[in-house]
Amino acid sequence: MTKKQKKILIRVIISAVLLVALHFIPFGDRWYLSLLAYLIPYLIIGYDIVLNAAKKLIKGRLFDEEFLMMIATVGAFVIGEYPEASAVMLFYQVGELFQSIAVGKSRKSISDLMDICPETATVIRDGVEEVVDPYEVSVGDIVIVKPGEKVPIDGEIVEGNTTLNMAALTGESLPVEKGIGQTIFSGSINLTNVVKIRTTTEYEDSTVSKILELVENSTDKKAKSENFITKFARVYTPSVVICAVLIILCCIIFTDMSIKTSIYRGLIFLVVSCPCALVVSVPLSFFGGIGAASRKGILIKGSNFLEILSKVDTIVFDKTGTITKGNFAVDAIHPNQVDADELIDIAALAESRSNHPVAESIVAAHGKHIASERLGDVSEISGKGIKAVIDGKCYYVGNGKLMEEVNADYHECHLPGTAVHVALEGEYLGHIIINDELKDDSKDAIAKIKASGIKNTVMLTGDNEKVASKVANDVGIDDYRAGLLPDQKVSSLENIMNDNNTVAFVGDGINDAPVLTRADIGIAMGALGSDAAIEASDVVLMDDSLNKIPVAVKISKKTLRIVKENIIFSLVIKIGIMILGALGLVGMRFAVFGDVGVLVIAILNAVRAMRVPK
Amino acid sequence: MKKSFKLEELDCAHCAQKMEDAIAKIEGVNKVNINFMAQKMILDADDDKFDEILKLAEAKIKDVEPDCRLIR
Repeated sequence: MTKKQKKILIRVIISAVLLVALHFIPFGDRWYLSLLAYLIPYLIIGYDIVLNAAKKLIKGRLFDEEFLMMIATVGAFVIGEYPEASAVMLFYQVGELFQSIAVGKSRKSISDLMDICPETATVIRDGVEEVVDPYEVSVGDIVIVKPGEKVPIDGEIVEGNTTLNMAALTGESLPVEKGIGQTIFSGSINLTNVVKIRTTTEYEDSTVSKILELVENSTDKKAKSENFITKFARVYTPSVVICAVLIILCCIIFTDMSIKTSIYRGLIFLVVSCPCALVVSVPLSFFGGIGAASRKGILIKGSNFLEILSKVDTIVFDKTGTITKGNFAVDAIHPNQVDADELIDIAALAESRSNHPVAESIVAAHGKHIASERLGDVSEISGKGIKAVIDGKCYYVGNGKLMEEVNADYHECHLPGTAVHVALEGEYLGHIIINDELKDDSKDAIAKIKASGIKNTVMLTGDNEKVASKVANDVGIDDYRAGLLPDQKVSSLENIMNDNNTVAFVGDGINDAPVLTRADIGIAMGALGSDAAIEASDVVLMDDSLNKIPVAVKISKKTLRIVKENIIFSLVIKIGIMILGALGLVGMRFAVFGDVGVLVIAILNAVRAMRVPK
Repeated sequence: MKKSFKLEELDCAHCAQKMEDAIAKIEGVNKVNINFMAQKMILDADDDKFDEILKLAEAKIKDVEPDCRLIR
């Protein structure tokens, strides 16, 4: 508890004890004594409210809760309900205190989660170790990271190797080994050995700063339900006050109730005039949900995205790098007229200048020295393949369309995979089959995604029909669109999107940024260290495991359910109290008790959002 | 210019909303966001009058919640 909270707690206890004690004192008809006596606990518990209310009255802010609370209690004193007046103020303060403690606690537990900021960095300057603020380290400095320390800034290991715990970044607690030449990210914890790193970024641009900025700013993008609450809060207080006045007038004019009773019924409305339960609990739920997700290595860039995520019914996946590893390898070599070695030799030479993953896999399978002096002119035929002059002869290496163009008598392979055909002028020499490996957890993840309530899963790929259908079948994806050129992926996604569904797209952010942006919600995976992916997406998965997606969906659904529960529950209780109050069935004391109760329950419910659902 | 400030003892969410509404009306403020959970204000205002605007904003904050302090 903070000092301020402790002070209020002491005031609550003193005035509560006084109130109970006063209850047993018979004042008889000496009302002035009774008034004076009840003013003591009232002022002890409510002097600051009265002062603030007076200030606000001067400024003309009449629809302020503190002001209304003062009117309600002073009104109760005026009509002779002294114990009522003091009790209302007491309950009101108890509610405020509870709110402040609960919100403070959850704020702290979320910021503890985010406590991944390194406080210092040990730099080597002129051969001497120096402990400095991470902000003072420049790019290219050598930083020492000892076991047990947080990596302060992203950097490349230049000396030593070690194991790191990256749980704060990825949510995975399995330690990761890193050695010389590899990049380690700020925010991970060094577990075993001393390493020296050469920093590659400034502190402001390093992974840990980016993550923190993202999470802290995430509540700026408000969800629809939050905006609704804001608008609702603006009209709620004035309307309740108007209702209070109307009730008083109606009771006086249309019934034979005494003026005192009429006023009392109106005052009950003022007691429930604060929309606090909603205004506090809704953002708190979203904040909790985003906090829970980030603990799992899922960064959600705004409450609005958490809300959309909960409504997603269709998830579209990119294939390469998302469902598969993106590591291509040669599966089979089917030569025609030449032998296998010669075929791969030609293909590797022709593809040796390309950095396409397929080309790289052929070069890797060749595995021998590339005699580049044999290679003459190489030209790329867009979307089809390569034309290369080797030993003075003209070879074509590429897909079926290329073979048709040069009139080579080619045939498709019976194996699934990407087929790279080779032809010498118009003479067909055979083909090489290349396949991408599935990620180990893809199949499992797709099953979990479906179990989390996603109705439709679709895969987009530039690969051919055969590969697409095999991958889709293997992992259990419902539908696929094959043979797409990069720019066709957007239109393909647009085809899937319609008015009745909410579509998420999952990609690695490398060449699918436009698709990520176009989807209702873009999820980028394997984003650790990839700025482009973080930039283009709405939800960022820090590692490349699809298993994070069902977790994210579950967190979003749970959060939204809590928000809905709180909105409905608070409104029903508040309106119920008003109706009962107007009919004279409940007193002011019960009204304020109910109001504070709603607040407490709503906050406790909101706090649940912080826990990750199983 | 966009700058972020810490708000200490910002105690009620509803007040944060009221501060935001009041500050948004100050001339020269392009955008203001008061984040109750992070206890932060992100103020985006015209460069040349930023300090002036910040002072006005601080006064508005005090208006709504006298205990709340803006940390520069």
